[in-house]
Order: sequence, then structure tokens, then C-alpha cells
Amino acid sequence: MAMLTRTERKRSEPARTAPTRTGVRRALSSPLSTVAVLLVTVVWTVPSLGLLVTSLRPEQDVAQTGWWDFFAHPHLTLANYHDVLFNGGFGVSDGLMPYLVNSLAITVPATIFPIVLASMAAYVLAWIPFKGSDTIFFVFFALQVVPLQMALVPLLQLFSGGAHIGSLTIFPAVGMGGSYAPVWIAHTMFAMPLAVFLLHNFIAQLPRDLIEAARVDGASHFRVFRSVVLPLATPALASFAIFQFLWVWNDLLVGLTFTGGAPESAPMPSRLAQLSGSFGDHWEILTAGAFVSVVIPLVVFFSLQRYFVRGLLAGSVKG
Amino acid sequence: MWGDTSIKLGNTLGAVAGFLGVLLLLFYLAGFARGRLSRRLAILLLLGPAVLLLLVGIVVPAARTIYLSLYNEDSTKFLGFGNYTWAFGDSDIHQVLLNTLLWIVIAPILTTALGLVLALLVDRLRGQAVYKSLIFMPMAISFVGASIIWKFVYAYRDPSQPQIGLLSQICMWFGWHNPPNWILSHPLNNFLLMIIMIWVQTGFAMVVLSAAIKAIPEDITEAAVLDGAQGWRLFANVTIPMIRSTIIVVLTTVMITTLKLFDIIRTMTGGNFGTQVLANEMYNQAFTEFNNGRAGALAVLLFLAVVPLVAYNVAMLRKEREVR
Amino acid sequence: MADANNGRIEIEGVTKRFLTPGGEVFTAIKDVSFTVEPGQFCAVVGPTGCGKSTTLGMVSGLDRPSEGTVKVGGKVVDGITDGVSFMFQADALLPWKTVLANVALGPIFKGASKAEAQARARDWLRRVGLTGFEDRYPHQLSGGMRKRVAMAAALINEPKILMMDEPFGALDVQTKAIMSNELLGLWEQSRPAVLFITHDLDEAVALADKVVVMTSSPGTVKAVYDIDLPRPRGSVQEIRFEPRFLELQHQIWDTLREEVERAYARTAGGPVTEGKAA
Ligand SMILES: Nc1ncnc2c1ncn2[C@@H]1O[C@H](COP(=O)(O)OP(=O)(O)OP(=O)(O)O)[C@@H](O)[C@H]1O
Ligand SMILES: [Mg+2]
Repeated sequence: MAMLTRTERKRSEPARTAPTRTGVRRALSSPLSTVAVLLVTVVWTVPSLGLLVTSLRPEQDVAQTGWWDFFAHPHLTLANYHDVLFNGGFGVSDGLMPYLVNSLAITVPATIFPIVLASMAAYVLAWIPFKGSDTIFFVFFALQVVPLQMALVPLLQLFSGGAHIGSLTIFPAVGMGGSYAPVWIAHTMFAMPLAVFLLHNFIAQLPRDLIEAARVDGASHFRVFRSVVLPLATPALASFAIFQFLWVWNDLLVGLTFTGGAPESAPMPSRLAQLSGSFGDHWEILTAGAFVSVVIPLVVFFSLQRYFVRGLLAGSVKG
Repeated sequence: MWGDTSIKLGNTLGAVAGFLGVLLLLFYLAGFARGRLSRRLAILLLLGPAVLLLLVGIVVPAARTIYLSLYNEDSTKFLGFGNYTWAFGDSDIHQVLLNTLLWIVIAPILTTALGLVLALLVDRLRGQAVYKSLIFMPMAISFVGASIIWKFVYAYRDPSQPQIGLLSQICMWFGWHNPPNWILSHPLNNFLLMIIMIWVQTGFAMVVLSAAIKAIPEDITEAAVLDGAQGWRLFANVTIPMIRSTIIVVLTTVMITTLKLFDIIRTMTGGNFGTQVLANEMYNQAFTEFNNGRAGALAVLLFLAVVPLVAYNVAMLRKEREVR
Repeated sequence: MADANNGRIEIEGVTKRFLTPGGEVFTAIKDVSFTVEPGQFCAVVGPTGCGKSTTLGMVSGLDRPSEGTVKVGGKVVDGITDGVSFMFQADALLPWKTVLANVALGPIFKGASKAEAQARARDWLRRVGLTGFEDRYPHQLSGGMRKRVAMAAALINEPKILMMDEPFGALDVQTKAIMSNELLGLWEQSRPAVLFITHDLDEAVALADKVVVMTSSPGTVKAVYDIDLPRPRGSVQEIRFEPRFLELQHQIWDTLREEVERAYARTAGGPVTEGKAA
């Protein structure tokens, strides 16, 4: 309330606007603040720089001197990347390459499946009201609070053993041995509440006329969904896709649990976490491996920064 | 190996194509239905899969976790609240709960405070986009990647040898000649691990808060300045109250992430050296101890801790949206 | 194309209730009955919020009545009604499709081949005077041109019923007059039954054979007027000066004014009216 009266007072004195604006700016800007921001930025960047530099140094150098020594004695090599991807080095039979492939093979479907299924559900909840549809939407919304730890053990039991009532199988075992299916399904399930909620918010706001005109023209709900709703919802789909892609790519818990860390299907982070425990001394390998896993999200980050931020803000409470 | 790779990727693309193909076929066939049937079919086919996934993937498993938490390790003997009394009575778990509490208090507050300061300062600098990108960048990196980056910063070498860890080297440059093995030093190691979380999340806090600050109408700050508010007083009396709800959203969001923290602990210490937290202990109970009862009880505790935070967060978000 | 008895719309004792977000039941329209004969041009006027759009939704089958029945061509509406086209105030054009693709969409939804749909779309664009604009996108057209595209898109399926919900509401006075004339011209050619919602009484009288006046909420039919101005009516600007037009216009306005004022007092909020009264 006090705010309001102040604002009004200001409006009656337009002549003084210009000088005060610079006053506000000056109130918080000083050489000190520049130094502070610069300092934070350096602290925030240097550790990553250390990672990159180390991954490019020869093995001996890494073992003998700190990475900052590189600037005095610059020796560059890509051997670490070759080792970590294809040889694995140090008694590991395979490099990270299979895990990189696994990461890709997990992330792409685990992004596409939930987006398609959630946008279908969001369309129904927004545009085909029926008795109980509000309740269903609320349940989707509310289930965002359930941390995935709550579902981990029973879901794993279900996937590996199926579900039976007596001798009747109501849910067949998916088969855990080296298959991606459990991870895909798990990621899709866990993504559903947030995805439906976000996409519903967007799809419910689409212009009613466009949808009803197509309906009256004889397009079925399926047709309307495909030809009208999906194209109109592209911005929301893109934001959510980026968020989900990064979430799955960077995820450790679901990947580790539903692949058991097996080389046939485990993604990069679970392998890196393992390496970090057992090969802690071979920094050139570990840093090269970490950089490989980080490079895709960084490319997404720097090329699609605007959408990235939007996707991230939209989905920041997930999990 | 290339053969293997192409089989894997081929299977994956096949799965995606199959998934989309089946959906399109269903849509095509169901499109022929008319009248009331067409509406029912649309609801069933479009909404059904999502509801099914939710039931099978979250609702039923969560209920079963609660059920399992009342039984012993292989779910053969009913224990009542035995696993819960264990969780609050066992001294090892006390450490875990204490660590978790430290984490969810300290990490979010420092993250939000630092994000707020940066948001206030960065907007006034030339080249702010560059600073912002660099500070925000860790958010794109996985917690596992971030942990490896920092593990290297904290790396320990005997003081007589050339150092490879940046932190130890800096200590030596400043004249402390035998820095400890950081990761093994309890309770300091907890705080060193928190730095990773802060490093990752500060950019998020900064970007959100900076957007909120920019959304404050100029009129209001200007009017306050006319009234004589300057510097700190302007900040405390105008800026902060105007973005209060955003601050709380950021704080609770980071808090929720922190509560579910698993990756950093697993990668850095595996929960050893007195750094264990709830989410990682839950994983250990489930998959190394194979005690589904205790794992269930810990998962339920985690859930109970998260619910009020998320509920509050959602309420704040709603309020903020109404104001706009 | 339209079969003689095919386009009759019979609305019989229709009531529609909504559940408000607060959980209360809100009656939007109550016991509404009227009939539109095949080939008849029927305008519906009434204060804002009286349920005009709701009525239209039930005729097209997008919505269903809580009580009563809606029959089209003698058949009770169940699901989307066949042979209906819609035109809204906002032109329902897909922004990522060209003008041609937008107009061709209707036949494609109905199952026509792409080539056939495009040929028909070209023909209809010619009829609304937009030859040469086929490859433009909606945002590259003026408001009046977009309206013509929407009109072509509404008529291309040769509907037996054309429903228009304030189709020209967003246009300036001149463009509105031009579009009204073009609508009449196109309507004369195929003669679908038209259900035309408007807030502009002059427009209603100038275009329609029959004007339905609705009361404010819950919406009911207050009166039905037959407009006996001869057809073809020629220019809508000129017909406004004919004595019979003015007579009818005054008569209907007397009925309508009361309702509009009542509705206004309600939506503008209690305090204002109280203030006036005091
Ligand atoms: N889905 C709905 N849920 C609840 N109430 C609704 C719904 N649709 C319409 N209403 C209510 O029904 C009444 C009639 O709405 P309708 O859109 O039919 O009015 P209208 O006569 O077309 O108004 P206008 O001339 O302003 O377009 C309004 O009071 C509206 O608030
Ligand atoms: Mg209306």
C-alpha cells in the first residue's frame, strides 16, 4: 500500500526522473563490486579449466606437476582421450566408448517417450473435460512431490520379477540383463508428473478457436492433437525436451539402479562415479572421461542458452 | 566394437520408431470412430498411457515402499515401526541425519545469498552476459562431472612432493606447508562437499533472482530514492521485500535438490569418512545391505522431509504468478 | 449441395449448466427453444455472457446440453455434427501454414486427397478474391484478407450449416460492411442455414431473415423477429436507410436495450449501480 502512494507521488514529478535513475544505478555500483564479481567468476571457472588442461597433458606431466605448471611447460596431447575412450587403460577391458553409446541410447528415447505421452495426456486434461479430469490433473500435479527414492526398490523388483497374483502374471518381467528398456521406462515414469503439469499449463492456453474450428471441420481428437496442438506447443515442447535431455544425460541414480552398472547398458555417469573411486590416481584418464561426459551438455548450454535457461527454470523442482 | 555400437543404436532408433509407429497407427484407426465413441476413445488412448505409467511407476511403488518399511530386510517378518526406531536410534544413522540437516541448512542459504549478491552486482557491469554464462555454466554439468572437477581441486599429495591439487598448492603459496588430506578430514570434508553443491547451484539462484530484480518496476525504486533511500537501505527496504517470494522459491528449490543429494557423495567419498547423507544411505541399505525394510524407512523419511518444502514452494510460486 | 431438409436446426428446451471452479452450479442458458429452417439466415443478439456461444457449441456438437435436445436435419446431435462449419471472431488460421494450405485443411480433415483439396482451395480463394495470395502466410495479410481466407476455409466443405460467432467483430466499420456484402453474395450461391451471432443490431437486421433476442443470464429466448426485407438485399450500407429497416431496428432495440442494461449493471459490479442509485 505504501508502495502505491509513493509511486503516485513520483509520477507527479516527472522532471526528476532522469537524474534519479542514474542515482539508483550508482548506489550499488562501485569498483569494489566489479572486483568481487570478477573474483567469483574466476573461482567459478578455474576448477573447470584445471579439468580441461589436465585432460590434455601427457601422463608423466600430470603425475609429476600441478596443472598450472602447464602454462610454463605447455605439452599438449590427445592420447588421454584415445585411452579413455577406447583402451580404458589400467586393466579396464574397454574404454568409456560403450558407456558413451549407452548414454546416447538411453537419453534419446527417455526424452522422446515422456514428451509424447505427456503432451497427449495434457491435451485431454486441457481440452476434453470429463467427470474426474480435474481430479486426475490434481493427482499428476501432486505426485511431483514424491522423490524417486520412494519408488526405486519396488520398481526394480517389478522389472526384474514381474508382478503376479497367485499364478496369474499381471505384469511380465522386463528382463534386466543388459537391456535399456528398464531405464527408458523408469525415466519416462518419473518424468510424467512434471511433464504433464508443465505441458498442460501451456496447452490449456492455446487459442480455443483454432482447436474448435478443426474439430467442427471433422478432424478427430487425434488429428487435432497431431496437426494443431503439437505444432502450436513447440516452444513448450522444446523447453521441456532440453530439460529432460540434460536431466537424463546427467542422471546417476536411475541409470545406476536400473542397469546395475553393467557395461552393456550403464550410462557414462555411473561409470565415471565408479572410476572416480578406483582410479583416483590417474587424473589424466579421469579428467578426460569427465570432459567427454560434460561436453554435450556444455554444447547444448552455449548454443541454446535461452531455451536452456527456460527449460531449467521450468523444471527445477523435479526429482 | 563398432558392430556392437551400431546394433545398440539401431535397436534404440528401432524402439523410438516402433513407439511412434504404434501410436500413429492407433491414432489412425481410432480416428474412424464417430460420435460418443470417438470422445471416449480419445480420452482412453491419449490419457491412458500416462495414467498407467503413473500408477505402475509411482503410486503403487510408493505405497509398496511404505509397506516394505514396516517389514524386515527380506520382507518376511513384520516389524511395525522397528525400522523407524532404528533410523532414529542407531548412532551411525545419527551422523547421517546430522549431516543431512547441515546440508539442507547451509548449502541452500549460502547458495541463495551468493546468488542474490551476484544478481545485484552483475547487472551493473559491462559484459554481464559473459560473467553470467560462466557462473551459470556448472548448472549444465552433471553432479558426477562436478564432483570429479572438485575432487581434483582437493587432491592430496605428500607435502614433500610437488602438489597436484589446487587447494593444497594455494595453501602452500600462502605459507601453510602441510595442508591436510582434505577429503579425509572430518568434519571439514562435509563443508568441502557442500562447496560443490554451491558451485553448481549459485548460477541458478543468480539467474532467477536477477530476473526478479529486473521485474521490479523502476517507479518503485525511483520513488524510494526520492524519499531518500540509498544503497543498503534501498536494498533492505525495497529490493528485498519486492523479491521475497522469489528468494523463498530459490531457497526451497535448492533445499529439495540438496535433500535428494546422492551423486556428489557417491562420487566423492561413497559415504565414507563421516560424510554420509540420507539419500545415499538409502541407496546403500537397498543395494549393498539388501535391507529393503530400512531402505524403505529412509525413503519415507526423505519423502516426509520433501513434502512440506514442495508444498510451500508451489504455494509461493502460485502467489507470485497471481501478483504478476 | 445442401439437401432441402438437411439443414434444419431444432433447439428444443435446451438448458446448459456449468460447474464453476468454486464448485457451484451455474446455469448459462435455460429452456432455450428456436428453429432455423434450411437455407435460413438467423441472427442471434443478446447481452454479453447470455450464452450465445454456448448455444452454438451445442449445435456443432462441441458441447452437449444438460437438458433438452438439439436436432440437426431431424437427428439428435451426438458428437461433432456433420456438415457444419464455424467462423470465429479471431480467424482460426494456423500460423505455420500458407493461405492455400489453411483453406485446404478442411477437405483434408474430411479425407480428400491433397491434390484435390488444393484444387478446391484455389477455386475458393479465387471466389473470395485472393488469387495470387496462395503462398502467403496469415501474418502477411491484412485483417480483411485474413477474414476472407477464414470465409473460404469455412465454406470450402460446402456446409449445410454455417455458424458464425461475431465473425466481423474485430473489423473496422468499412471493412465490416465490405465483408458483410461478400458474405451475402457467397451465401446466396450455396444457401446453407446460417446461425450468426453479433452484438451489432444493424448488422443482424441487414443480413438476417430472422433475429433471435436473448435475455441475460440465465440466457433465455426473449423474442424472435422475422425480417421481411426482400432479397437480394444489395448493399448493407444502403439498406440501413430504408424505412422498413429502421422500423424493425427500433422495434428490436426496444426489446434488447432493457436486457443489455440489466446485464451491464450486473457485470459492472454492485458498487457502481448502488452509487448511481444513491
Ligand atoms: N466452460 C465453462 N465453464 C463455466 N462457465 C462457462 C463456461 N463456458 C461459458 N460459461 C459461462 O456461461 C455464460 C455464457 O457464456 P457464453 O460464452 O455462451 O456467452 P456469450 O453470450 O457468447 O457472450 P459474449 O457475447 O461475450 O461472447 C457466461 O456467463 C460464461 O461465464
Ligand atoms: Mg461469445
